Amino acid sequence: MPGDPVDLMISADPDITSQDAARLRTLYGLDQPLWSRYVHWFGSALSGDFGYSRLYAQPVWDAIIPALSNTLILLISSLALALAIALPAGVFAATRPYSLSDYGINLAAFAGISMPPFWLGILLILLFSVVLGWLPAGGTAAASGSEGFWNHVKFLILPIASLTIAGIGGHTRYMRASMIETLRQDYIRTARAKGLSEPRVVLRHALRNAMIPVVTVIALDLGVLFSGALITETVFAYPGMGKLIYDAIMGNDYNLALVTLLLATALTLIGNLLADVAYAALDPRISYTKDAG
Amino acid sequence: MNGTFTPALPAKTGTRWVLRRFAQHRLALVSAAIIICLAASAVAAPLIEAALGIDADAVDLFNRYGPPSAAHPLGTDELGRDVLIRLLYGGQVSLFVGLTATIAGALIGTCIGLMSGYIGGRTDAVIMRITDGVIALPVLPLLIVLAAIDLNKLGLPEGIVGSENASLYRIVAIVALVGWTTVARLVRATTLALKARPFVEAARAQGAGPIRIMARHILPNLASPIIVATTLAVGNVILLESVLSFLGLGIQPPIPSWGNLLTGAQETIWQAPGLAFYPGMLIFVTVVAFNFVGDGLQDALDPRARNRQSERV
Repeated sequence: MPGDPVDLMISADPDITSQDAARLRTLYGLDQPLWSRYVHWFGSALSGDFGYSRLYAQPVWDAIIPALSNTLILLISSLALALAIALPAGVFAATRPYSLSDYGINLAAFAGISMPPFWLGILLILLFSVVLGWLPAGGTAAASGSEGFWNHVKFLILPIASLTIAGIGGHTRYMRASMIETLRQDYIRTARAKGLSEPRVVLRHALRNAMIPVVTVIALDLGVLFSGALITETVFAYPGMGKLIYDAIMGNDYNLALVTLLLATALTLIGNLLADVAYAALDPRISYTKDAG
Repeated sequence: MNGTFTPALPAKTGTRWVLRRFAQHRLALVSAAIIICLAASAVAAPLIEAALGIDADAVDLFNRYGPPSAAHPLGTDELGRDVLIRLLYGGQVSLFVGLTATIAGALIGTCIGLMSGYIGGRTDAVIMRITDGVIALPVLPLLIVLAAIDLNKLGLPEGIVGSENASLYRIVAIVALVGWTTVARLVRATTLALKARPFVEAARAQGAGPIRIMARHILPNLASPIIVATTLAVGNVILLESVLSFLGLGIQPPIPSWGNLLTGAQETIWQAPGLAFYPGMLIFVTVVAFNFVGDGLQDALDPRARNRQSERV
């Protein structure tokens, strides 16, 4: 558990003497004060040198890149799937407010939001791996030694499904709320008064405007999605960023931990930036210049 | 589609009207009943333990993964302990953490939001940028880092660090430290609106100081949004606690919590699928219930909200 890397070596090797420990601390620069270590790290990081991962015995980026690409596969496919289901469901519910189907969709969305993400994964394993035996309970194709496209996909189905289900609820609720709000605007009444058909009103006139807050929320939620991916990865023993962050922190691998956390924060900030950009791009009334306030 | 809306209830305030409107939200009412039942049986865990004649800590290695029986209504776990009683004790811990951490976070958030909104100006700008900063931090990795801090090196008194409840205090502190932002922003926004209202001006004209205005005139008007936000947050906090405990970073094993009961359950999923089912089910039901109660309270405390459809929780 945390402390510094030398503490871990001491607990791993009973033969280490206090002289050895002191020598190792000097070697790694751990005897320096915290600020000077940080300045040193920051200086090298600026010149593109993020250091060496003690745990993986590789430069930090070499350890991160395969994990990051694994996580991105998971994130992108589940986000796409979740939106493909949630947005139509939200619009459907919004056009029939307080009907039975609206009620049902709302209830399902509430259930999705309240589901502990790791338990969802465990339930899927319980159903598809334990009871039905159709899909592997975790890992990747590379670890099981089998090749071929299906073998790769097979290991991805449950993690992606789990992350998708976890995301649907929130997006459905946002879409529904935003659509209901939009359908109450005056220009929608105008469109109906012109005699346009209901699908045309909803899909052509309302949808674009209703999407504005939804897109913003999706971008802002990238960080939440990332956290969800970390949990899902842990449940399915999937070698992505989650495992890397966890290992780095638990193994006192400072260089790796700093860069992975930096990446996670960067992702959240990129999400915020995307939200702002999307907001301005989708709604010409919004501008970030001074006079618009 | 305006015609399909239920007519707005008279916007009357007062406890009786709030309760009456809350009672009309049937799901919320049922949820409140479920929460009370769960909490009551969790608190009564020692009594139930005695009534069934089971010892929660009794290890029985000849009776591992026992099926449900008269002696053990939900069977036994990997050490032959009674699952039902472990679940109830876990409920004590999970509900305690959920409630205390949320309330602590709400208190911090209310103080910060009130100050920020009332004082305004540069103070407000600085506090809000700090809040933005906390919100921008990715929650889970941050929680993992905080949960991994070695308490012995923080110079805390030995009585806290050494006690077996250390993991409990730690998780409450961690969740409160990251969880105050929602309430802070909410309180700030409402305070900004309230302080421009005539009754605040009247109080100021009568010579009331800023502390008195905040405490006596603004705070009571903030009660409804704070109550709603806090109730909705309890569910999230219970989820967070369960995630951290599941990862082995929250409540530490001799103490059961719904999250850490699932940690071992995943490895024994082939022998004892039930162990992986019950704790998650309880988390799920509790969180759903808190969300519905929050929803119901929102309708009850702010009847206009239903027509505004401000469901962006």
